[in-house]
Amino acid sequence: MSALSQKHLLGIKYLKNADVESIFNTTTEFKKVLQRKIKKVPSLRGETISNIFFENSTRTKLSFELAQKRLSADIINFSHTNSSVKKGESLLDTVTNILAMKVEMIVWRHWQVGSANFIAQHTKTTVINAGDGTNEHPTQALLDAYSLHEKFGSLKGLNVLILGDILHSRVAMSNIYCLKMLGANIKLCCPKTLLPKHITELGVSYEEDLNKALLWADAVNVLRIQLERQNQAYFPSREEYIQHWSLTNQKLNRSKKNMVILHPGPINRGLEIQSTVADAENSLILNQVENGVAVRMAIMYLLSKQA
Amino acid sequence: MRKKIIDKSHFSTIVNRLTCELLEEHDFVSSSVLIGLQPRGVFLAELIRNNILKKTGKKELLFAVIDHTFYRDDLSKRDDVLIPKDTLFSTELQIDDKRVVLVDDVLYTGRSVRSAIEALFANGRPSKIELLTLIDRRFNRELPINANYYGVKVDAFSNEKVSLMWNQNYTQADVFIER
Repeated sequence: MSALSQKHLLGIKYLKNADVESIFNTTTEFKKVLQRKIKKVPSLRGETISNIFFENSTRTKLSFELAQKRLSADIINFSHTNSSVKKGESLLDTVTNILAMKVEMIVWRHWQVGSANFIAQHTKTTVINAGDGTNEHPTQALLDAYSLHEKFGSLKGLNVLILGDILHSRVAMSNIYCLKMLGANIKLCCPKTLLPKHITELGVSYEEDLNKALLWADAVNVLRIQLERQNQAYFPSREEYIQHWSLTNQKLNRSKKNMVILHPGPINRGLEIQSTVADAENSLILNQVENGVAVRMAIMYLLSKQA
Repeated sequence: MRKKIIDKSHFSTIVNRLTCELLEEHDFVSSSVLIGLQPRGVFLAELIRNNILKKTGKKELLFAVIDHTFYRDDLSKRDDVLIPKDTLFSTELQIDDKRVVLVDDVLYTGRSVRSAIEALFANGRPSKIELLTLIDRRFNRELPINANYYGVKVDAFSNEKVSLMWNQNYTQADVFIER
């Protein structure tokens, strides 16, 4: 018997309902561990995990690293900026050299879509995708869904609005797969230029007008405007985006609904979300960060026997 | 081959005796804590808790449930992954300087108890840890661990299994030995 149906966590689209259930149950137990005096368990003692990050990250990297330490795993960190990649070493050579040091699991982040799958296919190690380009960011989606699950008990029939830069967001894709699987209704809201083509074929709806969308939502997941991935202007000006799509108290008050707010971070305060909204009582943003460690502990624990 | 070694009425007598033995030593209100070990020690721990409440007329006692899965010594050797059962350990429950009675149904190799002790220490530093078990398989120990309170000592070979078959509401059980 294995705890998950997959050897790797490459994307939510490969997971089954029972996998998510196992991850959530185990996360709940790890959350209890994190409330104890000694927040460390010896479960992955003797295992070595490598965090290979070809892109900048604060939250995800720290969260994975802390989760690994809490599980008593040994860690080696790789960052492309100070590595031999600069000397022309190929992706696969870099990885196989790291694996030659007897590494059992890789946490992978890279700007190239599908790169996590590529590494999983060409090596024998277990791969956890921590974000591959605009494709998927499964651990973020799982922690978002877990935070909602914790708040509402069940996601069945819950109306979740995903607001912001959908086009460049791997979080949006993973969230759509995950929330759909758990029975939530999903609506996307953004300028038409930031909406991927054919996305509604995934069974989600689209509303351009944020005020209308807010009348429908029980929860809003606000995505960052990814200026670094935008190679052209997708909206006329920052001011115009703020006027129409920034989540502000004024727009929330107009909807007269007390919905919960999520944001995967990092936040562009004042752009996609007003500062006071991000810090409000119904904001789950810090719960997401807290749950992130427990969710990642659960995933690494459950995948630890799959190599 | 399956043989019944304890029937339901004998079981009740034993649990009653164990409850009385505990009450001689512990109050479970301020200085001692009763802790059931997941998965199967919990039913016995809950039964003993209810017995104590009935006998003493108290409304509540210091009680918790602990799961030792994350602390097992065989995680790296197993082919499968074990998913822990629900742990019930209120963050307000302080075990520092308290006397803890761990409850499990069968004491076999002693390895579960060892990992349970490690799990307990992650929650605090008890002044004393004692062990209560219904069945003590005395010839199969792999670690220097013994029960302070036991129901019966059973001599069984290592290829035999000792198991409890509980009734529907977990108030009584038959104990079987099978090969």
